[in-house]
Amino acid sequence: MNLSVQIGTLKLQNPVLVASGTFGYGAEYSELIDLNQLGAVVVKGIRLGPVRGNPTPRTVEVASGLINAIGLQGPGVDGFIKKYWPFLKLLKVPTIINIWGTTVEEYAEVARRFDALGGVGALELNVSCPNIKEGGAQFGTDVKLLGEVVAACRQSTRLPLITKLSPNVVSIAPYARAAEDAGSDALSIMNSYPAMAIDIKTRKPSLGNVTGGLTGPCIKPIAIKLVWEAAAAVKIPIIGMGGIQTATDAIEFLMAGATAVAVGTATFYEPRTAVQVIAGVREFMQSHGIEDVRELVGSVRAAK
Amino acid sequence: MLEQTVQIVSNEPDPTDLYFRLVMSAPRIAPLVQPGQFVHLRIQSIKDALLRRPFSIFQVSGDTVSILYKNVGKGTDALSRMRPAQDLSLIGPLGHGFTVPPPGGESPLLVAGGYGMAALYLLAQRSPQKGIVFVGGRRRVDILCQDEFQSLGWEVRATTEDGSHGGKGLVTQPLLAELRSGTAGRKLFACGPTPMLRAVGRIAEEFNLPAELSMDEHMCCGVGVCLTCVIPVKTGADWEYQRTCTEGPVFDSTRIAWDANS
Repeated sequence: MNLSVQIGTLKLQNPVLVASGTFGYGAEYSELIDLNQLGAVVVKGIRLGPVRGNPTPRTVEVASGLINAIGLQGPGVDGFIKKYWPFLKLLKVPTIINIWGTTVEEYAEVARRFDALGGVGALELNVSCPNIKEGGAQFGTDVKLLGEVVAACRQSTRLPLITKLSPNVVSIAPYARAAEDAGSDALSIMNSYPAMAIDIKTRKPSLGNVTGGLTGPCIKPIAIKLVWEAAAAVKIPIIGMGGIQTATDAIEFLMAGATAVAVGTATFYEPRTAVQVIAGVREFMQSHGIEDVRELVGSVRAAK
Repeated sequence: MLEQTVQIVSNEPDPTDLYFRLVMSAPRIAPLVQPGQFVHLRIQSIKDALLRRPFSIFQVSGDTVSILYKNVGKGTDALSRMRPAQDLSLIGPLGHGFTVPPPGGESPLLVAGGYGMAALYLLAQRSPQKGIVFVGGRRRVDILCQDEFQSLGWEVRATTEDGSHGGKGLVTQPLLAELRSGTAGRKLFACGPTPMLRAVGRIAEEFNLPAELSMDEHMCCGVGVCLTCVIPVKTGADWEYQRTCTEGPVFDSTRIAWDANS
């Protein structure tokens, strides 16, 4: 039975990853799960310098979901390399580094730095964080800027490039195509959906940042639709994510057209989710006589 | 840190049905617990709420770990309905706890607000020097486990805001009175609402005493990944957000940058 898939030149032993921002820098969960069982580890978004992050409260639980506005707190490229890379580089599975910046030049510089580091599996371009005023989603909701940032990173590295798209667009197809045309090797679909909650006792927004990004099982149907639409628009592989809790959810994404999937928010409440999803996909394949997981990709029986 | 499915041994309310004591059989986790650490519980019966809930560890006895909780929301309400022999998923022990004073070391003064008492019990039990526990609450029902601390040989000084038990007023009043009688070799350890912790921090500064504060912040993953539970912590002349679940919940009071986030 084959579970392995390929994202650009990057080979993955199975199609189940963890989503950036929900898995820290890998080491945090290493006491609770065997990281080497994953398809890849995807680390939290990193820009050139350290980032303090947004004021608290930073997350709020809502019905079947979570709204977050962390603000990409992080150590910057040098801090990451010093503190977290020594652990990650020893893993048997690839590390995908999520990168961001506030200018096209910064994205390109971060890409160059990780290219020079050696041993990185791929770069995921975060052009869709809803919680950062400069950078983040401004690149992901402007087709021209999106093309520029992907092209600049493409010129800065030979590492596989994955562009993580925003769901906050009228149609995802032009964005998917812009990333593909600019040299992206794959797409991650989707980032969190812009959202807000209010504490009626204090009449204050529930988040320090006022608005945030919605994740968790409540966004899964939105993500499935976006993956399905993007899969019809591009030839490059898609990593599907948004609310995956079970193998059933993951298989739905594969059928919609994703080549791989990522488990995000579910890890927060059940750290073993990704490992359980891998086992569940294998069981589904066994019970349905499927030899190769790639047979599932885009197998939904719908007129496109 | 382990994730374990644990069985409920007992889950008993106090006479007011407000506070509960939950005892769980957790043989692999119990021996690892340090004073001031917490567990992260998944309560499967909360319908559309996904996240685990963090609770300070109250007592450890043989294979069991217990918590003391107040029924305040849908998580704790669902938990209060659970019965012996039912299962819970527990991750723990988590966080950086209190520093147990060495034999012949500091003489501890504990300061608790309401169910903050729970987080201080193991410290009282494991400290070679016994001391005084100052506990405050709104009403008599909010003063918890006074007997348990007395059984350990500690003196308990209670205050309530309505005067229904112990002295009338805030927990910091008898603490200040005690410190005015002498501060040599003493150290403060506190757990309770943030305004109380801040007051204890100010008192520690005024009397030039060391203080360890257990901070209570809204939490999400509990293991240092999501960066929800951060508080501003001094780093030289500057400050940064640090995680209550990982660098804390217990912080040295002089390191907290109280006004940085406002």
